Amino acid sequence: MVSHFFPALRMLIALTVLTGLVYPLVTTGIARVAFPSASSGSLVERDGKVVASALLGQSFSSPRYFWSRPSATLPQPYNGAASSGSNLGARNPALAEAVAARVAALRTADPGNTAPVPVDLVTASASGLDPHVSVAAAQYQVARVARARGLSTSVVEALLATHTEGRTFGVLGEPRVNVVQLNLALDRAGP
Amino acid sequence: MNAAGWMQMAVYVAVLLLLAKPLGAYMGAVYEGRATRAQRVAGGIERVLYRAAGVDPGRGMTWVEYALALLWFNLLGALAVYGMQRLQGMLPLNPQDFAGVSPDSAFNTAASFASNTNWQGYGGESTMSYLTQMAALGVQNFASAATGMAVLVALIRGLTRRQVDDIGNVWFDLVRSIVYILLPLSLLLAVALASQGVVQTFDRYTAVALIEPTTYDALAKDAAGAPVVDAQGKPATERVTVAEQVVPLGPAASQIAIKQLGTNGGGFFNVNSAHPFENPTPLSNFLELLAILLIPAGLCYTFGRMVGDMRQGRALLAAMTVVFVALASVTYWLEGAGNPSLAQAGIDAIATAVNPGGNMEGKEVRFGIAASTLWAVATTAASNGSVNAMHDSLVPLAGLVPMWLMQLGEVIFGGVGSGLYGMLVFAILAVFIAGLMVGRTPEYLGKKIGAFEIKMASVVILVPPFLVLGGTALAVMLEAGRAAVANPGGQGFAEILYAFSSAANNNGSAFGGLSANNEFYNTTLGVAMLFARYWLIVPVLALAGAFAAAKHVPASEGTLPTHTPLFVVVLLGTVLTVGALTFVPALALGPVVEHLLLHGTR
Repeated sequence: MVSHFFPALRMLIALTVLTGLVYPLVTTGIARVAFPSASSGSLVERDGKVVASALLGQSFSSPRYFWSRPSATLPQPYNGAASSGSNLGARNPALAEAVAARVAALRTADPGNTAPVPVDLVTASASGLDPHVSVAAAQYQVARVARARGLSTSVVEALLATHTEGRTFGVLGEPRVNVVQLNLALDRAGP
Repeated sequence: MNAAGWMQMAVYVAVLLLLAKPLGAYMGAVYEGRATRAQRVAGGIERVLYRAAGVDPGRGMTWVEYALALLWFNLLGALAVYGMQRLQGMLPLNPQDFAGVSPDSAFNTAASFASNTNWQGYGGESTMSYLTQMAALGVQNFASAATGMAVLVALIRGLTRRQVDDIGNVWFDLVRSIVYILLPLSLLLAVALASQGVVQTFDRYTAVALIEPTTYDALAKDAAGAPVVDAQGKPATERVTVAEQVVPLGPAASQIAIKQLGTNGGGFFNVNSAHPFENPTPLSNFLELLAILLIPAGLCYTFGRMVGDMRQGRALLAAMTVVFVALASVTYWLEGAGNPSLAQAGIDAIATAVNPGGNMEGKEVRFGIAASTLWAVATTAASNGSVNAMHDSLVPLAGLVPMWLMQLGEVIFGGVGSGLYGMLVFAILAVFIAGLMVGRTPEYLGKKIGAFEIKMASVVILVPPFLVLGGTALAVMLEAGRAAVANPGGQGFAEILYAFSSAANNNGSAFGGLSANNEFYNTTLGVAMLFARYWLIVPVLALAGAFAAAKHVPASEGTLPTHTPLFVVVLLGTVLTVGALTFVPALALGPVVEHLLLHGTR
């Protein structure tokens, strides 16, 4: 009964050194040399200041920016310290109310736009940190952003086109737009 | 739904089946003591481990010895996880200065990671130090996966040996699983993930200056930190502006690689593989998704090779694949149709080339509907439990699918090792039932199935349903169980049923609305995980011992061949009938009633 105790203990310690220390250290070494930016948060600088991670979304509410998807993190949206989805069930009245309020907010910010709102723009992401919106959700916002910035829609559309990513290998994932990078590009483009 | 979505599923299944065969052959060689080319590289590490533990890997063990050594190894592993969580405040590699974890949460997490469940009662980025993640949770990711694989190998050996009491050496099986299979695959995957943007660093969390500061309503607090109420007695709010965003970091890629490959599933961050730092691109998603089912699928070939009849392994793999593809298709179709309760809101939920459409609540745009539903089905078919979308927000019948896959006993691929030994137990039951129908003594792979074998198989099949239904019943009777529910109606019941289905089948995924990080759920779910793991492992090892001791019965005219399409149908009939009869009443109270109300009240 107890004759297996010490072998088990010694094996656990040996495996802890191998899989709990050596393995993550070797991985970190390789990642740091081969992918220094990607392995340390994909940080983006502007004028010498770190303003974003290219992979973490941010909250935007000014009409001058493209808006991100709703985020369910607490206490503020896009809180990087506590990722979370809404976990609202499909039939929960709170979900329908939240979606209706988001649709109303989009309509208020752009009264002339009566097109139906792409679903991803009014539903909360799984992580609360989704950096992307669908291409349709970005197109929906082009007229508002162009007006608020005094740019022509063709300029904004061209920027949007350069920031649209397709499916990987034409098959995997969904076509999408990184809102953080698109908004940084907008700021670079002018007023 | 669109062609691209169906295409993704087809590519996934094709690549999986293509890779499973060579990997399965390699794993067979590893357990037979060969794989000489790999031995040249890793043989040194292997020998160091045996020497460090003071064991002789060549010494055969009886099933009792094998089980005792394995239980000690698992118990000590769980204690190490518990201790490290409690003491992490005093240990190094804790750049965020997280305090020790509470006793009930630490117990739950220790039980969870030792039993290969990897249920997350905690939020990783706000609870666990880097040391706890690596040296406690990460080690159990390897150890618990290797435990499952070792038990499977012992069972296969039992089936192939004749009139001996030796089922192999547990240290040989554990060490070779880790050194030759799990570790090299993890290193490859971890580096690939880091190239995509999964973080892998020991730096402390950093912060970025937001492009546009965020203003939000927060609950007002007075100087002492107590909440303030307004004139109507409601909690008062105040406008707060934040100008920074925390960027959580850590050695995540190494952890995520093994949690996918070892069907562990416990994420580095709270939202698991939905987090952009845990799963940043469609390619990282595909690789992680592949890693979920790769080893369980490969082990079917390993089984075929080790019993000397590849057709036996292919029959089991075919049975698993049929159920997987059918349920993945149904789930994609249900989620692609969207949420009818939002139909009046003025939204566009039709999938096009620029719009993912469907039910996007709780999903990430880079994955869309197809890659999210495929993951939900794969992670619950296997006992992985990682998520890239929030299962609580699936439409009711789509949420039923992952729940039922767990309730089937995690045998559709299942956990590494544990899925296949579970399926072999169902195969034993299937030949027994078939034998009763034709009035012959049932046998499987030349071993007679007698009273003892059927008793052990029954224990393996009945323990999880007992824990699922008993636990759920207990929780809904107690205030502590009901208070944790987030969604009203049948969905709230489904949250509880899902939690116990997950714990008692060692899956680890959740309907995340349930606030399970409290004494009641930490304790009951922790106990369910332990029983579900070890009350299955011991009878399976007893079966291995009984088979090894038995004579070989040559196949006769009355033997039911176990590699034919007919057997695949009989096997699936057994799995699905047991699963359906046991759980349909409970499922009717949760997802089914929700589905009817969702579609009926408009």
